[in-house]
Amino acid sequence: MKRIINIHPSDGVKLMLGILPFILALLAYMIASDMRLAENAGDKLLPSFSSIGEAIQRFAFEPSKRTGEILLWVDTASSLSRLAMGVGVSAVIGFFVGVACGVVPYVRANLSPFVRVLSMVPPIALLPILFIVFGLGEVSKVVLIVLGIAPFIARDVQQRVEELPHEQMIKAQTLGASTWQIIIRVVIPQVMPRLLNAVRLSLGPAWLFLIAAEAIASTDGLGYRIFLVRRYLDMETILPYVVWITLLAYLMDLGLKKTIRVAFPWFEGKRDDA
Amino acid sequence: MSIQIKNVWKEYGQRVILEKVSLKVEQGEFCTLVGASGCGKTTFLRMLLAEEQPTRGQILIDGEAMPAEPGPDRGVVFQRYSVFPHLTVLQNVMLGMEIEQSPFWGRLSGSAKKQAEAEARSMLESVGLTHVCNHYPDALSGGMQQRLAIAQALIKKPRILLLDEPFGALDPGIRADMHDLILDLWKQTGITIFMVTHDIKEAFHLGSRLLVFDKVRHDPQEPAAYGASITYDIPLETKGSRRMYPEVRKVVTVSEHKADRNSAMLLLQKEAA
Ligand SMILES: Nc1ncnc2c1ncn2[C@@H]1O[C@H](COP(=O)(O)OP(=O)(O)O)[C@@H](O)[C@H]1O
Ligand SMILES: [Mg+2]
Repeated sequence: MKRIINIHPSDGVKLMLGILPFILALLAYMIASDMRLAENAGDKLLPSFSSIGEAIQRFAFEPSKRTGEILLWVDTASSLSRLAMGVGVSAVIGFFVGVACGVVPYVRANLSPFVRVLSMVPPIALLPILFIVFGLGEVSKVVLIVLGIAPFIARDVQQRVEELPHEQMIKAQTLGASTWQIIIRVVIPQVMPRLLNAVRLSLGPAWLFLIAAEAIASTDGLGYRIFLVRRYLDMETILPYVVWITLLAYLMDLGLKKTIRVAFPWFEGKRDDA
Repeated sequence: MSIQIKNVWKEYGQRVILEKVSLKVEQGEFCTLVGASGCGKTTFLRMLLAEEQPTRGQILIDGEAMPAEPGPDRGVVFQRYSVFPHLTVLQNVMLGMEIEQSPFWGRLSGSAKKQAEAEARSMLESVGLTHVCNHYPDALSGGMQQRLAIAQALIKKPRILLLDEPFGALDPGIRADMHDLILDLWKQTGITIFMVTHDIKEAFHLGSRLLVFDKVRHDPQEPAAYGASITYDIPLETKGSRRMYPEVRKVVTVSEHKADRNSAMLLLQKEAA
């Protein structure tokens, strides 16, 4: 008998094992929902799949009676644009600060402690300040995301730069490279895939901050909708919205992962590529 | 270019790593450095690179003080991590030329690029890597990566080449190929080479001069109190003819144990005298 750590599933078995928890979760939901509905047909907590389907039809395919727009698309568009702004700005800031701190000792001494402290500030606690300073509009939502993830990305990028073997820096100098040339020919090309990995890791927190901001002050967005319909115990809307958000997050992660693989073939297997 | 090392010391805090190292090396010598692990050979190379500064003493190159940081006149090949993983083999070799000719972008285009490419290709041919020009280093074997590192360093035509256990991780067969390669390149270019190795046979085979690092003084209570120095400085080749030291070779070839090495060194001293 082989040790259990040496027994590997075949590809087909792996796929089945991977799908199994999803099926079990769906089944568990179905059974629980049936039981509750059998007891009380008006139960709102665990709606049946058919009533969820009707709700999806309403908010995802029919124009809203009030505004004439299709709610899901409007919400998705505004949430995604906020998220893209927040994550994009964070990636740019994190990239510049991280590379500068990682490469130049004087910048590191100057900025690194500040970034470290900044990354400890709980962003949600700053939300009231943001609303006071930037108003209830788009800016404060984007700034919340930036405050939440830019320090993390900057720290991660700095760490990745510092992890590049010191031998490479020496080698580049013996090839006559200036600081600037080392940055653009040695450091940045190697940091790009690692930056995208840091962005992947920060997508979860970014969604968290986005939904929190939308829940508190907004007139549209996925987070806004969920918290709005909560008042009517409208699980038929909340559940599909949650699944939709999860799907979007998953697809973004997958997209970034594939981008890294295609754009940086040399990076394959270099770091946790999971 | 001659290198003069005048009573150099290197200390890290209270720990003395190297002490009283004095040496004069002429252009075109091939110095092989041996010594117990941790005795400061790499530290010595780092000072020649100007990655580290001596805490006492002076290193002069052609009578002038050593520059304060690494530069293109001193090439290096480390045991690992000498090549850039994000560049293909060809790009790795071209990098030195691109950096020199394009200060802002560090990249060439058009005819300048073609020319650099041609030069890099001929360098790759001389180390036998033409067939893997477009591979990334991770796809190469250890021996190929080291050949690439040598090609990359030599394209800058450095006057001094520093090699830190460059073949330590290679299989014996491949190592023999690398020996032929490095000897060929040394003879063609007339470059000065410092090479650290833990293989004393290799040191004998390649070097024109053997430098042995060891502690002269020992304090059993406080091992860090004294540093290593060059205890033997043995000419292996004078005016192009190799000195054979037949007795020593017998000892050296049969064993690499430290005790045997010490007795080999004693013999060597006798024979060299
Ligand atoms: N930056 C450093 N700070 C403190 N000690 C160091 C540093 N670099 C090397 N050493 C110490 O110097 C000694 C010599 O190291 P090294 O030159 O790498 O030895 P070798 O290459 O001969 O094996 C080792 O004991 C090592 O721990
Ligand atoms: Mg060493």
